[in-house]
Amino acid sequence: MMSARKIISKAYLWMILAILYAPIIFIAVFSFTKAKSLGNWTGFTFDLYTSLFTGANPASASLLEALQSTLIIALVASVVSTALGTLAAIGIYNLHGRRKATIEFLNNIPLLNPDIITGVSLFLLFVFLHVSKGYVTVILAHITFCTPYVVLNVLPKLAQLNPNIYEAALDLGATPMQALRKVLIPQLRPGMFSGFVLAFTMSLDDFAVTYFTAGSAGLQTLSTYIYADARKGGLTPELKPLMTIIFLLILVVLAVVNVKAFKKNKNKNKENR
Amino acid sequence: MGKRSSWVIPYFIFLVLFVVLPLVLIAVYAFQDSYGHFTLSNIFAFFTDPKIVNSFLVSMEVALENTLICLLIGYPVAYILADRDLNRSAVTAMLFILPMWINALMRTMATAEIFSWLGIHLGKGTLLFGMAYDYLPFMIYPIYNQLNKMDRSYIEAAQDLGATPSQVFRKVTLPLSMPGVVSGIMMVFMPTVSTFAISEILTNNTIQLFGSVIQEQFYNMMWNQGAALALVMLLLIGLTTLLPGGKNAAEQEGGLI
Amino acid sequence: MNPNEIIINIEHLSKSFNGKKVLDDINLYVKRGEFITLLGPSGCGKTTLLRQIAGFLQPDEGVITMDGKDISQVPPHKRKLNTVFQRYALFPHLDVYDNVAFGLKLAKVPEDEIAARVKKYLKLVSMSDYEDRDVNTLSGGQQQRIAIARALVNQPSVLLLDEPLSALDLKMRKDMQIELKEMHQKLGITFIYVTHDQEEALTLSDTVVVMNEGRIQQIGTPTDIYNEPRNEFVADFIGESNILNATMLCDRKVSFIGHDFDCVDEGFGENAPVDVVVRPEDIYIMKNLNGAQFTGTVKSCIFKGVHYEMFVNTDSGNELMIQDYNAFEVGSTVGMLIRPEDIQVMRKACTCNVFDGVMTSDETVEVFGVELECGAREGLSKGDEVSVEFDFDKVELLDNKEDGAEHGFVSFILYKGDRYHLTVTTDGGYKILVDTNEVWDKLDLVGISIRPEDLRISRTGKEE
Repeated sequence: MMSARKIISKAYLWMILAILYAPIIFIAVFSFTKAKSLGNWTGFTFDLYTSLFTGANPASASLLEALQSTLIIALVASVVSTALGTLAAIGIYNLHGRRKATIEFLNNIPLLNPDIITGVSLFLLFVFLHVSKGYVTVILAHITFCTPYVVLNVLPKLAQLNPNIYEAALDLGATPMQALRKVLIPQLRPGMFSGFVLAFTMSLDDFAVTYFTAGSAGLQTLSTYIYADARKGGLTPELKPLMTIIFLLILVVLAVVNVKAFKKNKNKNKENR
Repeated sequence: MGKRSSWVIPYFIFLVLFVVLPLVLIAVYAFQDSYGHFTLSNIFAFFTDPKIVNSFLVSMEVALENTLICLLIGYPVAYILADRDLNRSAVTAMLFILPMWINALMRTMATAEIFSWLGIHLGKGTLLFGMAYDYLPFMIYPIYNQLNKMDRSYIEAAQDLGATPSQVFRKVTLPLSMPGVVSGIMMVFMPTVSTFAISEILTNNTIQLFGSVIQEQFYNMMWNQGAALALVMLLLIGLTTLLPGGKNAAEQEGGLI
Repeated sequence: MNPNEIIINIEHLSKSFNGKKVLDDINLYVKRGEFITLLGPSGCGKTTLLRQIAGFLQPDEGVITMDGKDISQVPPHKRKLNTVFQRYALFPHLDVYDNVAFGLKLAKVPEDEIAARVKKYLKLVSMSDYEDRDVNTLSGGQQQRIAIARALVNQPSVLLLDEPLSALDLKMRKDMQIELKEMHQKLGITFIYVTHDQEEALTLSDTVVVMNEGRIQQIGTPTDIYNEPRNEFVADFIGESNILNATMLCDRKVSFIGHDFDCVDEGFGENAPVDVVVRPEDIYIMKNLNGAQFTGTVKSCIFKGVHYEMFVNTDSGNELMIQDYNAFEVGSTVGMLIRPEDIQVMRKACTCNVFDGVMTSDETVEVFGVELECGAREGLSKGDEVSVEFDFDKVELLDNKEDGAEHGFVSFILYKGDRYHLTVTTDGGYKILVDTNEVWDKLDLVGISIRPEDLRISRTGKEE
């Protein structure tokens, strides 16, 4: 038995979802045909997938290269951000008053700034310092906008922590380093993990900051590659299978993360009862 | 305890070097000419150069329209998702947030491809559609969050005091969801003003938004002029954070999972 | 009773969540103007019942009438009753005045009358000068007062209160209890109050409804409930008590802790197994052993402020809790006396565990959702429907919940003077009663094991 209200609501949700996903599904479908122009179905084939991974034509070779750079940058940036952000979060949690407010304010700036401002400002920094742009500058830039996410994900976990457990570890003879490794980090791991995942995807997603900090030496990430492609006015056909794969990967990762969190919640509810 | 607070020092130095200093540099470059002399002409250009003024006004208009579209479409979605009688599935909610995780340029490319396949001429219409498509999840997410964490007893209290379902919505649910709405507006409005690649792809570069103008100036080595425009945008953001709920947006963005 | 005296009548009300019955055939009437309290431990269904009266939940079965009209399907905003919520639920975006005026504004009451009534009810709850305050800046007690004013200002004929004092500290709670009682007397409207605090219930109410596991256990005045608990749950839940296994020898004669006592109860039959309840303050304790009904040794003696609380081991090896104004030395021998009218005799709900089962092979039987070894039984074979009985003291509880045929958790504990009487709820939701000398805590996870020879199995199914 469904009320009219419920039927209308469901219909509305699914309509919006359909629109939201239409382009992605469209790309996915046409990743299985060979035609250059989209929407032109010339029969089912895996050709685009094989040529994506073998680098059969020059365009797909540089696409693979861009993919590789994207992953390296995202991985390095998110690992460094997680370490830096976790330490910072522990520090912030133990700060008080003005100092705490200042750091939190600074931490919020990269979150609130549109990408283009972050990009332009770092561009000017590297010009000002006469640093030649490339991998290092892009990674530094990505750390800049990724770390705040880690901080914001670890801080709530610290608030949930029993404030005495660090002292308890010290009391039992642990050095501060041991207390960090053996007591604090295990407790903070869920927050660090979600911070890491966020940092990683933000880095993967980024276009504007990379655009301004990559320099002209030919370093390209997926985003800048697509942008260059679009400027040239044509889409490298191998992008379609790549997008499809990335989309599926994200879907799986998110599903796993969320199902885990969901189950945890459910168990908690059970215990409460 | 004094010791652990010192763990923030590396990050503090990092922030000064990579956040504060670069922003200061924007201001420095904005007030210099290409020879390093002090000038106000870059700032004046924002008010006098018709191309810049135009693109700024167009950006504002597009951003306003886009924000409004996202709000009108997104609020009901968030409301339905958060209502336990209408939707019990966390998976459905996740499906709406999911597109946020996919490279925006990829999604925009895909949308543009659909338009060209359907034979729709790229222009203002496709720009608005594509942008709404890109930014809708950013509007839904904070509103959904706000509604979801709202204590259900507020609704029951209102019913108990004689409010009809529509009165409950107008007098309780809507006002209590405002922080989420403000966050959503901030997460949609500013990025729309500053975007450059997306508008280029969706309009075939026929409509230039403010972000594109800044990008173009840097592309053409006119750093000082570009910095001046970036400074204007920075001030604009500074103003919006003064809005109630402005700070909330940063935290919303920080907790996407 | 005059039907006009009844304001709310509830008949055969049932409600399930996810297949689990939280309310089971509730029948209850509420008299106009009375202060009635739904009392029970958390999860007993009292809040669910209140929420159905308020209209936030629809009953699965049964009818709720108010002033003779069926209101079961009436939405909450059309019911002429108001609720004080557990965590106040004051609207955070409105100030004190607008919160209190909320219902009146919706009812389109003229502005000046709203102002007058808000003022009057704020005065009633002693919050007169707080109209313009932001509700988020108020203390818990102040928020509570505003919540009460917000409900009362609409002049409902029934006020529902859902554990309204549970978030306040002890001192504040006591003060508010007195104020609530005064308000009730002054306004003359019906209060339906939900709480898990038995002292609060006894202090405030005209009528107490004790609930457990979705059922009403007893309805009565506070004195009735305290002095004449109808079953062991009520006896244990309300106040301190000694609950003991006993045998009703004949009318007015009951035997427990190895002695025969006179009592005032009749109609239980002869040699019937019963439970008796004796309140700790009703046992007379004295140094003089002459004239005592039985004797014992004081094991502990603790000063509790007004009285001393002692545990005494009786000559028959039972442990009794006794409260007295005088202290008795630990280790000393004392005499004790119980007056006939202080012995409350209760019928036993059951004397052994009984479940329906099915033979799954010649040597196994499926009962409470698991398969048990039972050995070969004459005349029973696979597929036979049977009744399985086993005694309370034949159930063995195991530390490791993975051991044993089934596992569950300890859901209810009763100390019976010489043993513990536990209720173990299995994963399948079945309740098994266990007598044991071992000490378990509530919610302990346990394995359950029953030896095959302790199962009494008899056929119930139709003969083929």
